[in-house]
Amino acid sequence: MNTAEATTPPPVCRAGEGAMSIRKVGKIYDPEGVHVVALNDCSLEIAAGEFVAIVGPSGCGKSTLLNTIAGFDGLTSGEILLDGEPLATVDKDPRPGPDRVVVFQHGALFPWKTVLQNVTYGPVVQGAMSEEDANKRAQEMLSRVGLNDIETAYPGQLSSGMQRRVEIIRALINNPKVLLLDEPFRAMDTVTKSASHQYLLELYDATGKTIFFITHDLEEAIFLADKVLVMTTRPGYIKKTLQVNLPRPRQYSMLASEEFLAMKAQLVEAVHEEAVKAFEAGEREMA
Amino acid sequence: MNPYIVLGLLLMAVLAVGAWQQKKKARLYEISWGHQLRKTLTSRSFLLQMGGFVAFVVIWELTVKVFSLPWFNRLPGPWECLLEWLSPDPAYGISIYTEDYYTHIIYSTYRATTAFVLATLLGVPMGLLMGWSRKFYDYSFPLVELIRPIPPLAWVPLAILILPGDEPAVIFVTFLVAFFVTALNTLLGVESIDESFFRAARCLGADKRRLLFDVVLPGAMPFIFTGLQISMGAAWFSLVAGEMIAAQYGLGFLIWDSYSLIQYPVIVIGMATLGVIGWISSAAVRSVGRKLMAWRERELYGS
Repeated sequence: MNTAEATTPPPVCRAGEGAMSIRKVGKIYDPEGVHVVALNDCSLEIAAGEFVAIVGPSGCGKSTLLNTIAGFDGLTSGEILLDGEPLATVDKDPRPGPDRVVVFQHGALFPWKTVLQNVTYGPVVQGAMSEEDANKRAQEMLSRVGLNDIETAYPGQLSSGMQRRVEIIRALINNPKVLLLDEPFRAMDTVTKSASHQYLLELYDATGKTIFFITHDLEEAIFLADKVLVMTTRPGYIKKTLQVNLPRPRQYSMLASEEFLAMKAQLVEAVHEEAVKAFEAGEREMA
Repeated sequence: MNPYIVLGLLLMAVLAVGAWQQKKKARLYEISWGHQLRKTLTSRSFLLQMGGFVAFVVIWELTVKVFSLPWFNRLPGPWECLLEWLSPDPAYGISIYTEDYYTHIIYSTYRATTAFVLATLLGVPMGLLMGWSRKFYDYSFPLVELIRPIPPLAWVPLAILILPGDEPAVIFVTFLVAFFVTALNTLLGVESIDESFFRAARCLGADKRRLLFDVVLPGAMPFIFTGLQISMGAAWFSLVAGEMIAAQYGLGFLIWDSYSLIQYPVIVIGMATLGVIGWISSAAVRSVGRKLMAWRERELYGS
């Protein structure tokens, strides 16, 4: 009833790692008490190297889905596979790992570590690289995105745009299979946001990582992603799948194209319905 | 040496420190020293600060000496105390020239420092453990909350019974107060850490032990140092109370002894000395904290 499998292949098909299969995932918080059904029969397929954006009204379970993939939260039914291997099942204890790194909504660079220490933290703590190698690699990656002069700075000294860029580099240095982005540009002003889109797209085009991107900004979703998924209000499942067939690299001129606007109109309608439902449900809870 | 000369020297020392700080500030704001000095001396907050000091001394002098209000007229005036403090030949045997004065200071400082160091060495790990492990929290928190409200002085009799002699007993009650303040502030510090930092560290491959050293400890650091400053103050007040009851030396003992012997200026000397030492010890804790939390400094004031 609610599965919308991708029928057409994504426009940018990359061989490699990071294919994810989310099958009939359910998540119930506090099953004996309040019994909040956050996710119900939520299924979706993500191809290796695909950029997927999830949109939906706030409180719809987008973040819950991300948390189950990341391993912060367990699930109560269904399973999630990463490259065919079970990543999360009902019996398995949730466990985060460097193969799917999260970039957080409000940013989670360690304020007590310098930029360089932040970026090298993953490889060093996993024992994947010596500190020396990690430093070299981090410097390389930072300079490639034009951040070479800030290695000894603390995150608090950087602008929000720069912080987020460093955080994405901190994730990518681990060579993850999937990059999980939880509304990373939410609190930004328009100018910083569009610059952030630009560098994220550049990094995506360069690395070809699978990206799972949560947002409530529809334009952002269409502009960045290969596939936009609309999630229903609680209990959350995927209601609509929109293939974005805009060519890459994406250009800002596309934002005004007829194709873009038509897609946006479709999404607005789908999301609006859910928002109204969420609002009414909220009203009922209040009454 | 004439007490007036010492007073002059002290005044000059205070002015020199003030001038040096203004010079540092001038460099920070990139203006001339003279400009900065003028700015400070004419600033509202500086005038109010000075006004506070002056008002305090004037009210003291007026109530005690000029109007000689009932009950107040037994107290010594500010000038009298100052001169006694700086006198090479003090009437009551305690001034900056007497050995006894320093013996009391050294005893009190030794006790407060011992208690503070012990409280820090045990309180910080205790707070971190409580914040880090749910199990340990459940195990210890109710107990801590039950014991903590017991005023330190209530412990004195038991402490004297259990511990060999008065000395460890006084240190123990001082330690106890500082310990609870430190442990609870550390716990609060751990609880204040944003969940995202834990999640980010786990994503990047940190196990539980690494979380303790890479997230819990540095994340709680600002609260730990606020706690240490409070614990330093708490250590001094319970120390002085303890010394009044069970000690042969120390500033608390000196104050109480002088009261019994009707040597009132010495009480004021003891109190003023506690004020100065307390201020110095808090400043010391603050400056260590600043060194350890360079990231915070730079976040707040720029590099």
